[in-house]
Amino acid sequence: MTNNRNVWVFIEQDEGRINDVSLELLSKAAELAQTLAGQVWAVLCGSEVADLAETAIQHGAARVLLADHPELALYRTLPYTRVIADLIRAHNPYAFLIGATPVGRDLAPRLASAVKCGLTADCTDLQIGDYTSKKESVTYKDLLYQIRPAFGGNVIATIVNPKTRPQMATVREGVMRRREPDAGRKGEVEPVSVSLHPEDLALQVLSREVREPTVHLKDAPVIVAGGAGVDSAEEFQLVRDLANALGGELGASRAAVDAGYISREHQVGQTGTTVRPRLYIAAGISGAIQHRAGMDQSNKIIAINTDPNAPIFQVAHYKIVGDLGEVLPLLIKALREKAK
Amino acid sequence: MSYNSIVLVKQVPDTRAVTGEVMTAEGTMNRAALPAIFNPEDLNALEMALQVRDQHGGTVTVLSMGPLQAAEVLRESLYRGADRVILLSDRKFAGADTQATSYSLAKAIQKIGAFDMVFCGRQAIDGDTAQVGPQTAEKLGVPQITYAESIVSLADGEVVVQRAFDLGTELVKCKLPCLLTVTGSANQPRPPSARKRIEYKLAAIPTEYPKLLEKHTEFGSAEALDQYLAEHHLKIEQWTTANLDVDESQLGLAGSPTQVYKVNYVVLESTESKDIAPTPEGIRALIEELIKEYIVG
Repeated sequence: MTNNRNVWVFIEQDEGRINDVSLELLSKAAELAQTLAGQVWAVLCGSEVADLAETAIQHGAARVLLADHPELALYRTLPYTRVIADLIRAHNPYAFLIGATPVGRDLAPRLASAVKCGLTADCTDLQIGDYTSKKESVTYKDLLYQIRPAFGGNVIATIVNPKTRPQMATVREGVMRRREPDAGRKGEVEPVSVSLHPEDLALQVLSREVREPTVHLKDAPVIVAGGAGVDSAEEFQLVRDLANALGGELGASRAAVDAGYISREHQVGQTGTTVRPRLYIAAGISGAIQHRAGMDQSNKIIAINTDPNAPIFQVAHYKIVGDLGEVLPLLIKALREKAK
Repeated sequence: MSYNSIVLVKQVPDTRAVTGEVMTAEGTMNRAALPAIFNPEDLNALEMALQVRDQHGGTVTVLSMGPLQAAEVLRESLYRGADRVILLSDRKFAGADTQATSYSLAKAIQKIGAFDMVFCGRQAIDGDTAQVGPQTAEKLGVPQITYAESIVSLADGEVVVQRAFDLGTELVKCKLPCLLTVTGSANQPRPPSARKRIEYKLAAIPTEYPKLLEKHTEFGSAEALDQYLAEHHLKIEQWTTANLDVDESQLGLAGSPTQVYKVNYVVLESTESKDIAPTPEGIRALIEELIKEYIVG
């Protein structure tokens, strides 16, 4: 077992395009690797994807492990697990970061189970620090702090994996900031052999359909979001109307999505999209950390809620204690008057 | 051809019910204020298994790991139509992360015996990790189909499943046995019948027998009660580590590679904020200010 401090990133690609979250994670990994005095390695799987290695290097990878094989063309759990678990066993990385996409959320737990390492889902921050186990009276140096909202997002937990390697974590898209690529960066590409077992091919993909996103929350300058305080589909229409009046995108808390007012694509928060708009209006959103973790970096926040003690007010720049049915029409009317 | 299914379910605090009232003035949470419920997507998993049984025959066994109170979700599974329900409960499981949990669940599944499909909810609302399903599949050595939206066909030892994501769908064919994690949009769980709900009120785990015997003196003894419950399909089996072939070092907190270093209740530092009156004047002034500061416009 080599005593290395390398941070690995899974490069998720689909039909030759690298998912944004993988590039964001390369940026974060570069930062962590610097603290650890280790290297960033990228794991790239697919079929005829060698030219993507250069992109990974420009975004911070010192080495790209390239698994190129026809059976890896489309993501499937078992072949990808076979290849990556073998690589982990061969190189024993210190940490491994994976995007919390549908692919990453399928792959990471399977991998963690295969190599028997700890895994933390949906981290909102990653840091390096020490951990003293009181039970063992041992201090573990330079562990990966895996920080995430927990218990429905009402607390922030810092998780560590003191003994198992790699220290594995998934991170949602948009949480980490992506650095600009550096065309001058040099790195190595190491093709790896792929040996699959017959049982790895138990599942076949018959067909796939991928839609272009119709909701563009991540880069929206203005977002109006509705939550549990919205009493009816009619009242949710008022949230839509306000978004339209502002030329903004429509957001929602999980409660509004669960209530069926709006599709999951619109969900802002730890398990939805992380946003940093110029203006965020939270309409009837109580503000569990779950939600706040995805929007508290907004430039200006207006919160509207009937409950004066709602936690959302603590991150708001403008507080409006009142009924949505009254406040939203007033906002729409005031905007229309100004537009004239 | 009939199919034997195992459904993994979890009792969770209803984290969706977190409102201002559940939060204390210090910004911490009053957990006791949250009701314990059947994890929503586990109901979709149970429904999918019940539909397989209704169409093809076979059995549905429901397994839950948790404290004794979790017997409630198994009672509910019974009155929704499960054939057999098992509560896996032992102090030794306490503090388990997803790795230790999946180890224990896999051992219990192996003890139940041969299965065609294991169903679980896509994720539980208390942790949202979506890890236990895939980790259990790996330990069982079977393929997994996450984000399962519907079973399109089931024949000749293969299942065809539609998977659904935010931005697309995928149709996959998989050899049995396999494990599926089921989305919340997969189906509408059947409403439990009121008649069955009353009937199954008596359903109990052995730990609950003494209390039941006090209320229903007609049974006389725990043995008689146990026999009655078994005969009337009201028995919630209770397993401990003693029932399983487990390596105890892999259970609970000790068997969990992840450790919680610290938990911070988020006490929000209040942002400097302005109170805006919910009146035409107040709102108009707000919009004017936002326009002046180029936030809007």
